[in-house]
Amino acid sequence: MKEILLNPQLWSATLAMATPLALPALGGTFSERSGVVNIAMEGIMLIAAFFAVLFAHLTGSAWLGLLGAVIVGMIVAVIFAWAAVTLTADQVILGMAINIFASGFTAYLLNTIFGFSGTPTDTPMLPNIDIPIIKNIPFIGQILSGNSVIVYLMIILIFASDYFLFHTNLGLRIRAVGENPEAAETAGINVIKLRYLGVALSGLFSAIGGAYLSIGLLNSFSTDMSSGRGYIALAAMIFGKWTPFGSFGAALLFGFATALSMQLQNSALSKNIIMMLPYILTVLALVGVGGKSVPPAADGVPYTPKK
Amino acid sequence: MSKVLKSIYMPILAVVIAIIIGSIIMLATGFNPVAAYASLFIGAFGTLPNIANTLANAVPLIITGLGVAIAFNAGLFNIGAEGQYWIGAIVGTWIGYSFKGLPWYIHIPLALIAAMIAGGLWGGIIPGFAKAYTGAHEVITTMMMSYVAIYFSHYLLEFGPMMEKGSVPQSPLIRDSAVIPTIVPNTQLSYGIVIALVAALFVYWLMYKTVWGYEMRAVGFNQRASKYAGMNVPFNIVLSLSLSGIFAGLAGAVQILGVQHRLYDSFTSGYGYTAIVVALLAKNNPIGVVFSALLFAALGTGSQYMQLNAQVPGQLTDVITGLIIFFVAADKIIELFKTMFKKQKKEELAS
Repeated sequence: MKEILLNPQLWSATLAMATPLALPALGGTFSERSGVVNIAMEGIMLIAAFFAVLFAHLTGSAWLGLLGAVIVGMIVAVIFAWAAVTLTADQVILGMAINIFASGFTAYLLNTIFGFSGTPTDTPMLPNIDIPIIKNIPFIGQILSGNSVIVYLMIILIFASDYFLFHTNLGLRIRAVGENPEAAETAGINVIKLRYLGVALSGLFSAIGGAYLSIGLLNSFSTDMSSGRGYIALAAMIFGKWTPFGSFGAALLFGFATALSMQLQNSALSKNIIMMLPYILTVLALVGVGGKSVPPAADGVPYTPKK
Repeated sequence: MSKVLKSIYMPILAVVIAIIIGSIIMLATGFNPVAAYASLFIGAFGTLPNIANTLANAVPLIITGLGVAIAFNAGLFNIGAEGQYWIGAIVGTWIGYSFKGLPWYIHIPLALIAAMIAGGLWGGIIPGFAKAYTGAHEVITTMMMSYVAIYFSHYLLEFGPMMEKGSVPQSPLIRDSAVIPTIVPNTQLSYGIVIALVAALFVYWLMYKTVWGYEMRAVGFNQRASKYAGMNVPFNIVLSLSLSGIFAGLAGAVQILGVQHRLYDSFTSGYGYTAIVVALLAKNNPIGVVFSALLFAALGTGSQYMQLNAQVPGQLTDVITGLIIFFVAADKIIELFKTMFKKQKKEELAS
């Protein structure tokens, strides 16, 4: 056990596995703070992962792949927002619908565009980045340096999100809309617009997370490759009490469980038992063991403007 | 009669719109939608074995769908039916192979009842009590419990206590005395279909003809008013989530005893997720569940035939499923279409 914990590979894998959880968890924080439960993030990740590969292959640039993924992801998010916010449809059911659609649609396109041989092997990947000075520190350097550019982008986004949500006027308004839309509207805030913004941000962050799976960690797409990460991200967000840093911490914990279970590949008992832990912890967090996790008061409740 | 028509009008319209959008997607990607839908239909209903397999596919969807519908009726979202299904399958398998020398009329009910209890505990007691007494949202708790169940089944089958010695991850075969016999030879259709239909009638009776059912629906309709009327809201939450889990667990066991006869280590069966879709399309009506389960079962069996004969990737049916649910949920879109259509008609009349 000691050897495993002292292996820098375990910790860099933790960071790598936490990234595609932390990004949608961060996105979910915006969406739920504005009062919209977005379980469609799973599907948005999957669609973004596919279009990242498609655009990267067509243009020969991983950056354009990322851009394309973000645009398509945001389009899906806005469609979700339109149905959930404007048409006041049930948010959880809509999310399910988009996730099923995404799973089928990406698999269908994979087969029709690339055929059964899968995505092309020469698809470009987003670069890994070496951090000067840190890279030369033993152990720490192996963990913190040389990661995908998305990992560093995620870290910047966490700080930026925390500042935005808790230290800017717009952030305060988003939170007000999620806590008490009636009062917010009375104060002259456009509830609908801000909910669109919250959902769009969740789409943006989920799309980056999805692109990381297909052109950050690898350079290929496979059917259902998001494998429930959008849902786990929701759990991380709850575990992190709807805050950017909390979400990141929970994502690291879940990432650690995944990384550890990969290291313990050959001992079936500990591997599968360890994989259960994050889920059990989330249930315990929800039930209120170790301080209760309270969602924004108007989370998941559609709102119709009074005028 | 017009009331019945009104309640099935929206779901049917949603299906039609989804099929049209599916056609557009096929045309855009160079396939012939008429040929695709025709082969889908033949694959699902064209021959007696195909019909039997479609019915067999419907069995786990009907039973799990009933469970999800009960929770929905009480205003609760059991998104973790998949995990409860696995728990039922695990317990059903274990009883199926580990008890020797029982006659079938004891062995089969024993396995089914144990699976129902296990599914009920998993889906009901933990998420139910968490919801009723701490307010923990059932969407997340049932989903988390679902993942725990799936990893638990991996643990049991990958070198765990249920793995058959010296082989790929799978459990031993259940004994003959626990096998639910097939109706149509060489197909997957077993007497499980009878269990599914009886279950649908039972749930209909329970939800619409008993006080328990009335109270659960009342709690789903308006929790605060039900509390004011003297109903025990926490009890009804636990009861409806437990019943939901009981049916998902039963579905898992019926699938093992009737079709699979052993547990395989695949990540997910998918029935628990499709069951949510089944219940939604049926608007949570137990009899409607039977028909909507048949529709999705037909899409499932037909898609393989469509892939072989029209070369259209079978996942197209998931695209259509997603679209159906989208339009069922966002039913105001349909009203939007209707008003647009009416406007157009008026303009035509005016001109």
